[in-house]
Amino acid sequence: MLIGVPRETSPGETRVAATPTTVRALIGLGHEVVVESGAGAGASHPDEAYAEAGARIGTAAEAWGAGLVLHVAKPAREELDRLADGAVLVSLLAPAFDAELVAALAARPITALAMDAVPRISRAQSLDVLSSMANIAGYRAVIEAAHAFGRFFTGQVTAAGKVPPAKVLVAGAGVAGLAAIGAASSLGAIVRATDVRPEVADQIASLGGEYVGVPADDAGEPGGGTGYASVTSEDYNARAAVMYAEQARDVDIVITTALIPGRAAPRLLTAEMVASMKPGSVIVDMAAAQGGNVEGSVADQVVTTANGVTIIGYTDLPGRLPAQASQLYGTNLVNLVKLLTPGKDGQLVLDLDDVVIRAMTVAKDGEVLWPPPPVAVSAAPSTPAPPPPAALPKPEQPAMTAGRRSALVGLAAALLFLATAFAPNQLVGNLTVFALSVVIGFYVIGHVHHALHTPLMSVTNAISGIIVVGALLQLGHVSGVVTVLAFLAVLLASINVFGGFAVTRRMLGMFSRGPARSTAGSAR
Amino acid sequence: MSLESAAAAAYLVAGLLFVLSLAGLSKHETAKAGNGYGIAGMALALVATVALAADDLEAAAIAAILVAMAAGAAIGIWRARRVEMTGMPELIALLHSFVGLAAVLVGWNGYLSVEGAPAGEAEELGLAVEIHSAEVAIGVFIGAVTFTGSIVAFLKLSARIKSNPLVLPGKNWLNVGALVAFAVLTVVFVVEPNLPVLAVLTALALALGWHLVASIGGGDMPVVVSMLNSYSGWAAAAAGFLLDNDLLIITGALVGSSGAYLSYIMCKAMNRSFLSVIAGGFGNEGAAAGGGGEDGEHTEITAAEVAELLKDADSVVITPGYGMAVAHAQGPVADLTRRLSEAGVEVRFGIHPVAGRLPGHMNVLLAEAKVPYDVVLEMDEINDDLASTSVVLVIGANDTVNPSAAEDPSSPIAGMPVLRVWEAERVVVFKRSMNTGYAGVQNPLFFRENTRMLFGDARERVEDILKAL
Repeated sequence: MLIGVPRETSPGETRVAATPTTVRALIGLGHEVVVESGAGAGASHPDEAYAEAGARIGTAAEAWGAGLVLHVAKPAREELDRLADGAVLVSLLAPAFDAELVAALAARPITALAMDAVPRISRAQSLDVLSSMANIAGYRAVIEAAHAFGRFFTGQVTAAGKVPPAKVLVAGAGVAGLAAIGAASSLGAIVRATDVRPEVADQIASLGGEYVGVPADDAGEPGGGTGYASVTSEDYNARAAVMYAEQARDVDIVITTALIPGRAAPRLLTAEMVASMKPGSVIVDMAAAQGGNVEGSVADQVVTTANGVTIIGYTDLPGRLPAQASQLYGTNLVNLVKLLTPGKDGQLVLDLDDVVIRAMTVAKDGEVLWPPPPVAVSAAPSTPAPPPPAALPKPEQPAMTAGRRSALVGLAAALLFLATAFAPNQLVGNLTVFALSVVIGFYVIGHVHHALHTPLMSVTNAISGIIVVGALLQLGHVSGVVTVLAFLAVLLASINVFGGFAVTRRMLGMFSRGPARSTAGSAR
Repeated sequence: MSLESAAAAAYLVAGLLFVLSLAGLSKHETAKAGNGYGIAGMALALVATVALAADDLEAAAIAAILVAMAAGAAIGIWRARRVEMTGMPELIALLHSFVGLAAVLVGWNGYLSVEGAPAGEAEELGLAVEIHSAEVAIGVFIGAVTFTGSIVAFLKLSARIKSNPLVLPGKNWLNVGALVAFAVLTVVFVVEPNLPVLAVLTALALALGWHLVASIGGGDMPVVVSMLNSYSGWAAAAAGFLLDNDLLIITGALVGSSGAYLSYIMCKAMNRSFLSVIAGGFGNEGAAAGGGGEDGEHTEITAAEVAELLKDADSVVITPGYGMAVAHAQGPVADLTRRLSEAGVEVRFGIHPVAGRLPGHMNVLLAEAKVPYDVVLEMDEINDDLASTSVVLVIGANDTVNPSAAEDPSSPIAGMPVLRVWEAERVVVFKRSMNTGYAGVQNPLFFRENTRMLFGDARERVEDILKAL
């Protein structure tokens, strides 16, 4: 099939849907490619490079007239009219926000696939342009901030004096946030990051960031379980605001990435918090297009507040890295085309039973197919084969069920009751003392420090020499034999008592804390 | 206030002091105070008891008491002063055996002064004589098991006998049979108390204690020692029932249950079933394994090269094992730690819960060598940091750093949590030879690409590294 790659006409769009590299991959799948002259100019790919890769350089009409059209930005209405009947259009379409466009697409006998509607299942990750663009945007946000920030990111000690490292706060640890954390920490900044999902703390740490949580509370934390950020409770927001206010006073750079799918961006930083920041600080609001995380941010503009804080609201961050963005977007498209041409023979097969294809298909042959049936995030029908069983950990022993446990406890209680109820009085007293002491023994060493196991054992050993008391009470009674045996017992148990305590004392005397830490300890 | 009520009050206070003592021992900050509470409790209990006993005793008997206690104290303190920290496990095992033997003697005395006493001289009892007989039987049994079990543990730990597990045919049935026989003998003894039955019962328990510990391999000794600690507590508690003495019951139960809990922690650390440890039935699988497993090429390294490696490292983790104790290498290791810290290298220790022959053994050795305890971390605290560590020094540890536990489900030690040293950039293994560890399992760590072997005595090698530095 002929694949057309038109030049992007929307203002500010620097990306292109195919690079020479991805053109080669497309041709490898059995397709022909026609690239509109000048399509790659914004991404530094001249026509010759495409021609060298095997593409034909054509006019806009030729590119739009192909059987499969690969595009980046939302196409304009008049561009839609140039599509041939029966053609397939692949582009970012934002179908959830642009019902008019969906209707326009359905008005034509064409098929439209939205790259921004790829379901988030592991099999579709290679097509997920939202992730690949967010990655670029996160990186670029840090670069923009560094550009606007009047100082180094990394701390240095130079002949001209000492430079403190910049402190960066990244709000939201999604793909963009993580990319920002990685970029900022590799520039040498101290990076802190926060997210409503505490489980991402490890991911933050893995990129060199420090997780700053919202102080925990009993009420269920938002977002937990679904894997997505969701709307948070008011109480949670109040606690988060305290945390943000604190951080705003301390950090030099703030990068906010908080987005909730299908809603206005949550407000994280208020105007007061911005006003409390140091002059020269920089904020990059990556959610500016959805209303902004920061009060005072304006989409596509750089605003400087009265106290000298720069708020960057660019919404085209991926486009500011046109070559990189085109490369990743183009590769995502190649992966989609792979899925569409299973035979690698240039024959396009649109399998609407495939959840990935179904989710992306907005319109087909005059029919609106948006919104698609929901795809369960965990349902991944053809995920890669499970790892070989050898790699699986040994299955845990099934925990005792609550029912069995209570049955056992009940049985034990009943037995103990019977044994005690029929015992003579003196024994009852003994049993009571015994049972309670057993329980105390269990709890009292519950949290013993691992290093103290040996001293603990030698102390309990000394204490168990208490049997000397029994022997003492027997000594000198009844017969000579008893006295001799008791004498021996006293001797043995005494060795235990004195030896045990003495050796414990010796051991404990050796444990010492490091010199550096102990001064810190006393200063506390 | 009679003498009896004063003694009872003293016992209660002593019991509480023991509780405080154990609680204090769970933290570094309070450990010394904990030991002090224990000593105070013991002193109080002894004074109260001697006063109580002296009330109706002749001077000769009192003198005997004082002589016995003084002799015991002298021997105990002398041993405690002299023992080397590497010999701590043996000493503790030996001390356990004393408690066991004392419990046996107290039990026999209990019989001799009641059931076995000539008519008219028997002590009066507060309860039916049958119950007393049963208490005698149980007390003697637990005491005797503790006694021989501890003796075997002592012999194994001090290498006076081989530490290989003894595998008798049908060993589990032998244990069960011994328990059944014990139950039968107890019933016989209760119906008709006589000396021969008690003697047979004692012999049976002694044999069982021997067999239980003999069938456990040397590598599992930390669990055994802490289990015997627990047994010695139960023996004391049994004596308390026998003598109707609450202090003995309280203290025995405290020691018994805390020891049992400690063994349970150990078992979890080794991924063993707690019940099978109590039954003495484990450790056999390790011996049967051996042989198989992967072999491969190992790469040697010299002490000078290790020194180079350490100089360039950002962070070093040392994971010691029993081999460090055997070689008495803790002193040089501590020097190495100091030298590296002064050079700006972050040095920490990763201690596996069952490293050594006693719970916490490594900590005691390192403390003796003056390694600050806040750089000595537990397995769980350090495991996640190992991947970002430049160099790991494995000094005399083997099974506790064996990757097959985590990666090879067919390995005899599969599922046992281990220190994941192989994730570090470089691993240097100090080892005498390519022999297997106590579990008898080959260690694929030695053949990893990032592993270097440094053969020889751990102490000499560490000293060589110090010289090279």
